This record gives sequence, C-alpha cells and structure tokens, in this order.
Amino acid sequence: MNSSILLDVKGLKKYFPIQKGFWKRKVGEVRAVDNVSFYIREGETLGLVGESGSGKTTTGRAILRAIEPTEGEVLFNIDGKLINMPQLNRKELKQMRKHMQMIFQDPYSSLNPRMTVRDIIGEPLLVNGIARGKELEDRVAELMKAVGLRPEYMIRYPHAFSGGQRQRIGIARALALNPKLIVCDEPVSALDVSIQAQTLNLLQDLQEQFHLTYLFISHDLGVVEHISDRVAVMYTGRLVELAETEELFKNPKHPYTEALLAAVPKPDPKYREDEKHLSGEVADPSNPPSGCYFHPRCPYAKDICKQEYPPLVNVGNSDNEHYVSCHFADKLSLAGVE
Amino acid sequence: MNNNVLLEVKNLKTYFFLDEGVVKAVDGVSFKIEKGKTFGVVGESGCGKSITAHSILQILPPRGKIVEGEIIFHTDGGSVDLAKLNSTSQEIRDIRGKEIAMVFQEPMTALAPVYTIGNQITEAILLHQKNVTKEQAKQRAMDLLGRVGIPNPEKRVDTYPFELSGGMRQRAMIAMAISSNPSLLIADEPTTALDVTIQAQILDLIKSLQKEMGMATMLITHNMGVVAEMADDVAVMYLGKIVESAPVEEIFYNPKHPYTVALLKSIPKVGKKIKGRLESIEGMVPDPYNLPSGCRFHTRCPSYMKGTCDQSEPPEIEINTGHKVSCFLYGGR
Repeated sequence: MNSSILLDVKGLKKYFPIQKGFWKRKVGEVRAVDNVSFYIREGETLGLVGESGSGKTTTGRAILRAIEPTEGEVLFNIDGKLINMPQLNRKELKQMRKHMQMIFQDPYSSLNPRMTVRDIIGEPLLVNGIARGKELEDRVAELMKAVGLRPEYMIRYPHAFSGGQRQRIGIARALALNPKLIVCDEPVSALDVSIQAQTLNLLQDLQEQFHLTYLFISHDLGVVEHISDRVAVMYTGRLVELAETEELFKNPKHPYTEALLAAVPKPDPKYREDEKHLSGEVADPSNPPSGCYFHPRCPYAKDICKQEYPPLVNVGNSDNEHYVSCHFADKLSLAGVE
Repeated sequence: MNNNVLLEVKNLKTYFFLDEGVVKAVDGVSFKIEKGKTFGVVGESGCGKSITAHSILQILPPRGKIVEGEIIFHTDGGSVDLAKLNSTSQEIRDIRGKEIAMVFQEPMTALAPVYTIGNQITEAILLHQKNVTKEQAKQRAMDLLGRVGIPNPEKRVDTYPFELSGGMRQRAMIAMAISSNPSLLIADEPTTALDVTIQAQILDLIKSLQKEMGMATMLITHNMGVVAEMADDVAVMYLGKIVESAPVEEIFYNPKHPYTVALLKSIPKVGKKIKGRLESIEGMVPDPYNLPSGCRFHTRCPSYMKGTCDQSEPPEIEINTGHKVSCFLYGGR
C-alpha cells in the first residue's frame, strides 16, 4: 500500500435491522452502507456526495466507529503502522479517536447549551488528560484564534453566538487534539451563503496550516466541487462513481452523476430549460430494486441492468483513476458541466 | 396605469413589537408583480423575505403588525388594499387560499398530520368554491393530485402525509394551493427541504403549472440557482429592505449593489472551479434590534464610503429600465 494513503476503507457495510413486534423479531434490514471501498491520501479532501438516504453520513460515522460497522476493514495509517479500526477494543479505540474528529451539520444541536465555550473546546483535552487549568485555557485561546473567534468570548455560552460562529466553535473542538482526519458532515448546509463562503475558506486555511485530511460529506455539488480533490458519489448505500473532481464534473461516467449535475440549479439564467430532469425517487435501501439500484430511473437502462449489479471498476488509468459502477460506463457518452 | 400589474406593494413596513424591542423585519419595501410572471425574492435568513409574503396574506404572528404601506391586489372586480384588511375579516379569507395561495417550505409541518391529503385538499375546495358536493370535490382532488404528478391518485387521495415522501408531500401541497385556480402563488422556499433531483422535478412542475394556468408566482428563496432558473424579475433583500431589483438577466450579468455582487461571488458554482479561496462577505448580519445607521450594508460593504454610507439611507435609483438599486455609488449623495 502506498505510504501516503491515510485511510483505506475496504468493503465497508452497515446494515440496520428492521424489527417488529414485542420480541423485536428481525423482519428485514436497511442496507445503509453496502460494500463501500475507497481510500483517502494524506492531506487530501475527498468529497462524498449523494441525496438523503444514500448512506453518506452512515459511511462517515462507521469509519470513526461512532456506529459499529457490520463488516469491512477501515485501515488507518498512523506513522507507517496500519490500524484496523473495527478490530480495536475500547481502550485502543479511545487512543485512536485522537486522530480523527468530526464536524457536524447543525451548529445548534451539536453544542451543549449548558457548557461554556471554554468547556466545549477544552473537553477533548481534559478527557484525554492533555491539559488542565491554565494550560488548558491557553490552548483553548489558541484554538479560538485559529478559527477566527475572540478568546475573550471563552466564558460565554453557545446561545450568545450566531450560526456561523457556532460552527467555528465546533471546528475548534474538532481541532483540539491535532487530529489527522476530520469527517465534515454537511458542515456548511445550515449556514447562509455569505457565512458559508467564510467557513469554507476557514476549512481550507486550517487544512493547510495543520495538514488535515478531510472526508467532506455534502449534498451540495457546488460546495463539494470547490473544496474536494476527489469526489465519490453514493446512491442507495453504494458507491457509484469516484474520480478526480475535475474529471468527475467534466466527464461523468455514471448516468446518476450526469443527472445530479443536470439537476443543480445553476446561478446563471442562460442554463434555463436545456436540461432533462430525472423522474422517480431515490430507491429504498430496505428494499432495493434488482440489478443496478439506479435502473428504474436510468434513461439508458437495458435488460442487463435489471439483472446484475455492475461492479465498481477503474475505467481511467493508474495516474488518473476513475471508478464507476455501470455496465455501460465505456459505451455511454454523458454530459458534464463545462 | 399598467394593466398587467397583479400585485403592487408600496412602502410596506412590518414591525415586530417584542419585549426586547422593535424588530423592523420589513422596512419600506416596494415592488410589483405582473400577471403570469415569476417574481423572485432572494436574501439570507432574517432579511424579511418570508415576512413580506406573510404580510401579503395577513398571516403574521400576533406580535407582528403592518405599520405602514399598501398592498394593492388587482382583480377583475377591482382593486383591494390587503394591508388595510383585518386579518380575520371575510374579505381576506376570500382572497387567502383562493386568489392568492401559498406553498410552504416544510411539507411535513405545513400539512396536518391527522387528516388524509384528500381531506385537506377537499376542504380547500369546499371552502372556496360554491355549489360543489363532497363527491365532486373529492373527484377534483384526485384530478389535482394526478395533475401534479402523483402516481395512483385514486389510492393516494386516502393516504396521510407521513406515508408520502418529501417530494410527494410537496406535490400534494401544490395540488392544494392550485385547487382554486389562484392568480398568485406564493412559494416560500418550496424546494429547500428537498434533494436536488426532486428539487428539479418540483421546479419543473411549478413552471409547467404556471404556463398552463397563467398564474403569477412569488418565489422566495435563498438559492441563487433557483432564482436564475425560475424568475423573470428579482428583488434582493438585506435586513428588511430591497437593495436591488431588476429583470433576472440584469441581476446575474450586471449586478450593481455591492451586496448582490458579493453574494453572487460567494457561491461555489458547479462547473466553475476556482482554485483557492472563495470571495466571502466579511462579518455577519447585524443584530436586528440594533440596525446600523445609514445604509444597512455599510458595516460589511467593500465600497464603504465613510461620512456618506453611515449617515443617511441611500435612495432608490433607476439605472436602467426596471433596474433599481439603493446605493450611493450610483448617485443620491
């Protein structure tokens, strides 16, 4: 394995049981994440896009073991040593958690309203026995400065801050332990456009400053294109396409990616009415269609699509990898955005 | 006067009288909506775009009052000033839902959870249309559900909102809104809670219904992409005021107000990757209890002129036909 790869996810699965009745009989399962494999290089941003219910958040959480994955390997490269996350016991996991943090979508519910900003940002330091007292306060002040908040506000409670500032508090908390990987779960979706741009800039500055690696989960293709080096597209728990950002947007190979790109309203009136839009709705992960999950909505579907799920294969070359899961990946010529 | 004007809002001021002070949510807003056209209102949260819509329908919360201004609604039978009507009067009730209908952002909270969607649509029909029996109304509800693209309307008419997906609920809401052939549809962030592919479907639906029925739409959104796709005319709001209004091409190709310019630059556009940083608007939206003096944007404006912008409010200047901007850069000093 290449040493510059920080995280290697192999065949990750997370199935949630559907239970019924008093005895909680298992009557089915929701395949929220189904056989997802990808890697993230050190210092890179991998964007993960998909619609609601596609399993992008579950993927992020299963990597950190915020929820237990059902199956699969999550290999973490810490100073040349490969650590398989799902096999760690509680003690080992706590040690590993230092290296990976998460930024949440909703800055209103992800901060405890009864804790001051100092306690919120300082808690990871305290829990891991890294700093206390004056030292802790200095470190918190440093972190607040790094995210563009005034250290004097340390004694305030979250309610005294606006949405954008709260998101900065959440970012400072994530940075407290000098992590290697940060899973950003829709970090700007709840923010206004002008604040969104500030927060994206901050995330980019911090990445450079602290050599961070991001897994950036979002449904907003514009945001993902801006911030990511490579982009992965998910549909009903599966990865359907993964490529370099520019390649994926200019030259999509999966019909779903093409449809997603066409569906985004472009802030330019000249694009009006020249696009075909997808009909139907996202497939149900507890009862997915046969064959390729996308076939009921796919304008290019043939008989084989109804029978076999297409494997994820590299249609690019070794320098410019382009993974796609479509029977007709090399036959279709799909429209990207210019 | 232009006969094509459907709704004319003149110097509308809606204030909230709260314990903490007065919030000037809408502070002197004027615009016109023409028959059959789409009027887009954009702005960030707290700019007063939704309150403007709620003022038109007189569905403000108890603490909110229209303190000044006119909302003139032109119908075939004559013109009414909606601002003067009592919010519980029969006149406004005859207009609300019939002449002017509304679609809300959250299709789950806007529909009653304990009634079937058929029930709710039938109720709207029976309320606004005379000489309709219950059976006819139900038949009409099914027709409407089919028309907004809900498959199996005969079955779906008896389902509860929780049984439908977000996109389907929004379609049901639209069916209810168009049940009385309104001349104006107010859509308040109609697609914000939806996924992109579903958003595109709903926008297509609104467009085609509009064409078919000839109704005007007031589209409230924070998404510049949605505005570009839908609107004929656009108003950009900031802290209770319209800072710029123009035909859609003018807003996107020739924006004048520093806020509009900054807003357009700060969105990452699909297909136009810029290396490095986004241009962002510095600072944040000021506290509504304590608005900046003069031009409200001056605290964040890159072209701020000391002594001018913080002293008096910029007048509205028409710089091109239909393109109005409130900024001292274009005169009025």
